[in-house]
Amino acid sequence: VSPEPGSPQVAAALKAGRVTPTELCQRCLALIRSTGFLNAYITVAEETALKQAEESEERYRRGQTLGVLDGIPVSVKDNFSTAGIETTCASSMLKGYISPYNATVVQKLLDQGAVLLGKTNLDEFAMGSGSTDGVFGPVRNPWSYSRQYKEKSVSKSHSEDEESNWVITGGSSGGSAAAVSSFTCFAALGSDTGGSTRNPAAHCGVVGLKPTYGLISRHGLIPLVNSMDVPGILTRCVDDAAVMLGSLAGHDPKDSTTVQDNFGPFELPDLTDVSKLSIGIPKEYNAPGLSSEILALWSKAADLFKNAGAKVIEVSLPHTRYSIVCYHVLCTAEVASNMARFDGLEYGHRSDMNESTESMYAATRREGFNDVVRGRILSGNYFLLKQNYENYFVKAQKVRRLIFNDFVKVFRGGVDILLTPTTLSDAVPYMEFIKEDNRTRSAQDDILTQAANMAGLPAINVPTALSERGLPIGLQFIGRSFQEKQLLTVAKWFEKQVKFPMIELEAVKRLDDGVFQHQKSAFS
Amino acid sequence: LAPWVPVVGLEIHAQISSNSKLFSASQVQFAAPPNSLVSFFDASLPGTLPVLNRRCVEAAVMTGLALNCSINKRSLFDRKHYFYADLPAGYQITQQRVPIAVNGSLSYSLCIDNKMSQMVTRTVRIKQIQLEQDSGKSLHDDTRSQTLVDLNRAGVGLMEVVMEPDMCCGEEAAAAVRELQLILQTLGSSQAVMAEGQLRVDANVSVHHPGEPYGVRTEVKNINSIRFLAKAVDYEIQRQIEELENGRTILNETRAFDSKLGCTVPMRDKEGEQDYRFMPEPNLPPLILYDAESLPANMDHQQVVNIDWIHERLPDLPSVKRAKLVEQYGILPEHSFTLLNEDGLMEFFENTVKQTQMKPRKVIGWILNDLLSYLKKHSLTVKESPVSSLLLGDLLNLLERKDITAAAAKQVLAELWKGEGKSPLEIIKEKKLELIQDHKELEQICQAVIDGHENEVIMVVLG
Repeated sequence: VSPEPGSPQVAAALKAGRVTPTELCQRCLALIRSTGFLNAYITVAEETALKQAEESEERYRRGQTLGVLDGIPVSVKDNFSTAGIETTCASSMLKGYISPYNATVVQKLLDQGAVLLGKTNLDEFAMGSGSTDGVFGPVRNPWSYSRQYKEKSVSKSHSEDEESNWVITGGSSGGSAAAVSSFTCFAALGSDTGGSTRNPAAHCGVVGLKPTYGLISRHGLIPLVNSMDVPGILTRCVDDAAVMLGSLAGHDPKDSTTVQDNFGPFELPDLTDVSKLSIGIPKEYNAPGLSSEILALWSKAADLFKNAGAKVIEVSLPHTRYSIVCYHVLCTAEVASNMARFDGLEYGHRSDMNESTESMYAATRREGFNDVVRGRILSGNYFLLKQNYENYFVKAQKVRRLIFNDFVKVFRGGVDILLTPTTLSDAVPYMEFIKEDNRTRSAQDDILTQAANMAGLPAINVPTALSERGLPIGLQFIGRSFQEKQLLTVAKWFEKQVKFPMIELEAVKRLDDGVFQHQKSAFS
Repeated sequence: LAPWVPVVGLEIHAQISSNSKLFSASQVQFAAPPNSLVSFFDASLPGTLPVLNRRCVEAAVMTGLALNCSINKRSLFDRKHYFYADLPAGYQITQQRVPIAVNGSLSYSLCIDNKMSQMVTRTVRIKQIQLEQDSGKSLHDDTRSQTLVDLNRAGVGLMEVVMEPDMCCGEEAAAAVRELQLILQTLGSSQAVMAEGQLRVDANVSVHHPGEPYGVRTEVKNINSIRFLAKAVDYEIQRQIEELENGRTILNETRAFDSKLGCTVPMRDKEGEQDYRFMPEPNLPPLILYDAESLPANMDHQQVVNIDWIHERLPDLPSVKRAKLVEQYGILPEHSFTLLNEDGLMEFFENTVKQTQMKPRKVIGWILNDLLSYLKKHSLTVKESPVSSLLLGDLLNLLERKDITAAAAKQVLAELWKGEGKSPLEIIKEKKLELIQDHKELEQICQAVIDGHENEVIMVVLG
C-alpha cells in the first residue's frame, strides 16, 4: 500500500493552516488513548502538550514559527530527563522522580516548538532487547494488530489468540518505536547503546538512526554505558530522521564528549546515481541464528545496489565474534558504576529500612532495581575488582580497539557504507521471547547492532520488507564517523527502492484523514 | 636495643581556591547554609555530566611547577568507587592512572635544638599531584539516630599532594607542611587554612631497624593543625616502637588522632581492605596541556592551558622571598623564616624599615623580639596589632636619633600596646623619658642626688 499521492505533508499542512497544532496534538492524544493496549507510553503529558500546541498555533497565526519542528508532536523515551514531567526509566527506583532540568536534546526540541506528547516505555534502565522488562509492563508491537500480521497468523484472528500472539517491539526503545509506528507521534527519541534504537525500529517497521558518538549531546540522558550511549532518532522516513538530526546535533558545553567541530544541518539530496558508491557486505554478519528469510532479503538488497551500478564487495570484520563478550564486560562495568548513585538519599525510591545508612542503601537498591539491573551491577563490580581489572576490563578495552580497527581498515579500503541485517529474525511473540532470560536474549539480539556502538559509528535501520509472517524486516547501513549525510543519502535511496508498505492498523484508519502519512516526510 | 628508623610520608589534600567547583558551576564558599551550593551534578542527579573547571587545572599546574614537578601534558580522570552518605554519585572522580604532575621536590628548613640559630635544610620528594573532587560533609546525630548530610563541599576541587616517606619525625613533617602551606598561599592556588578544612593532612608512619625492610605502616587521620601533626606523628612512632619492642605486631590500619588525649586510636573498623574498583571516567576526555613548543599556531589561547605561560607568571616562592630578604636587608636566614612564617609580618617589617633610618639589622630585633612576642602573648595576628608599622617606625627613629634610650623605647612600646592613640612623642613627654643632652641639666640632677643622699656620699668617699 503506498501513500496517497497529493496528500499534504504535516508541516506543510500546518503552515498552510490545513490543520492546526492543537488539532494535530489532539488527534495524536486520541490515538494514544485508543492504542493504549500497546503500552507504548509511561506518561502522557496531555496538559503541557496542549499548551505547547496552543503556543505553536499562536506563532503560526503571527507567522513567527520557530522552525520546521514547530507544532510537530514528538515523544521521548523515558530515560531522558524532562523538567516537570516524571522520568522513570521504567524502574521502581525512579517512580515519581521529576527532574528539575531538561536533557539538552529535549530542550532543543522544545526550543524549536515541538510538542512533547509524553514519555515512552522501555526495558528498565534501557537494559534489554525486548522492551519487556520494565516495571510498567511490556510494550506490544503495533504490527501485532495489523491486517498484514493477522491475515498471516495461523489461528485466524481469534481474539484470545490475538491476546497471546502479540509480538514484541524489540528494545530497549520499544515504546518510542511503537509510538512512531502507530502514528501517535511524528518522531521519537530513543537511545542506542548496543542497538536499542535500531532493533525496535527494525521490528516495528520504522527508521531508526544511531548517530556518531559525540555528535549529539548526552546531557540529561540517564546513562547505561557512557562510552557507548547515544540519543537515537525514530521516524517514519529517512528525510524526517535527517531533519531531526539537524535539530539535535552539535557541540554541547555541558557534555564534554561532544565534538567541538561545527555541525551544519543538511538537506538530503535525492540520489539517483549510485555508481560511485562502494557497498561493503561484512561476511561475519551472516551470524548464527540469522533467519534464511533475512539472509535472502539481505542478498536481494545487495543485488539492488549492484544492479543500479554500485560496487558491492564482500568484506571482513574479523573481530565481530568477540564483540558480545567484550560488550558484556564493558557494559556491566559501566552499569555498576553508573548505578552507584541510586542510594535513596537524594532522589528516587528510598526504603523504609533505616537501621543504618548501609542497610538503607542495600534495601533501597534491592527494592528499586529489577533482577536484570542487579545482575549487571554484580557482574560489573566483579570485572572491576583489582584482581580482575587487567584480565577483564583492560582486555575488553583492547578488544574494543580491535573491533574499531576492523571498521577503519574496511573504510580505508574504499568502502563507503556497510550493508547488514539489523536483527536475526522478525519480531517473536512475547510468550516465546520470555522463555529465555534477558541476558541470553540481549546476547543473541545485539550481535548485529552492537559493534557500531563499540566503534562509535553512525548506523541506521531502514524498513525493507514484510516477513512471511507479515512482520517488518529492516536492514542496517553503517557509515563512517560523522558522515551522517552520506549514510542518510544512501539510506534514502534504498528506502525509495524498496517501498516498504504502510501499517494497516484499525485504530489509525479510524483517525486518518490524510494528515498521517507514511514514508512521506512530516517536515517537507 | 637496636635503633629504630621512623619513616613518615604524607598525603595532603589542599582545597583549590576557585570560584566554582571542579566539575560544576556551583559556588565554593566556606560556612554557607547547608545544601545551598549544590548543583544538579553535585547532587548526582541522573543524566548530569562533569565539565572540567579551567581555573582548577591552572592551580594544579602552578602548584606542580612550584614543587619542581614534571607536568604531564596528558593526564586522565578515573572513578574511585565506595558508598558513603557524603559521596552522592557513589564514586569520586580522581586521577589514579596518570595524574597531572609527578616527581617533584619540596625543600624545607628546621632549627636544630629548638634554637633559631641553627637551621638545616631538608628535602622531601613529591610523588605526585592529582586533581580530585572533595566529598560532602556528614554529621552524625546520635541522639536522633540520624545522619545529616551537607553537600556544599561535594565536588569542590582538591589537589592531593603525595609526599614520599622521606621524613623521620613530627618536626620534619610539620616543617614540610608549613612550607607547602606558604607556597600554596603565595601561589594563591589554595588558601590552605587548616582550621577551615582547606588543608588536610594524613600521615603514613612506620618504623624499622636499619638495614631491614620497611615496617607495616599505619595511616593517621583527623589531624587539625600543624602542631597536632607533629604530636600525632611522634606519638605514633613511639607507639609502634613500644608495640614492636613488646613482641607485638603493627596492623596496617587507619588510626585517628585524638587531640585531647594526645594519642592515636583505631578508627571505626573498615572491614578489611577496600577495593575501590577504579575505572576510567568515561565522560571526560584526556586532559591535554600545552607548552610554547606544542601549542598549535592557530589555537585560541583561551581554550587551552599553556604550562609555559603559567611558569612565566609564577610569583616569588617563599624560598626566593627569604633569600631576597637576607640579601636586601642583611638579616639572618632564620630571621627570614620567622618573617614569612607569620602572616603579614614581612610586610610589617618592610614598612617599618621604610619609615625609619634605623638599620634593618637592628629593626629586625624589635620586630621579632618585641612585636612578635607581644602579639603571641595576646594571641593577635599581625593585622590585629595595635601598634602599626608607622608608629613603630616613629619610635625607632627617636631611638636612632638618641632622643631616648633603648630601655626608654621599650617603656614607650609598652604604653603604645595599650592602643590609647597616643603618639610616641606624647608618651615620652608624659613619662619624662627624654634623654637629657644638656650637660648643665645633668649636673644639676646629679648634684641634687648627691645633696639628697649625704650619708651614702660619705660611705662612697670613704671607700
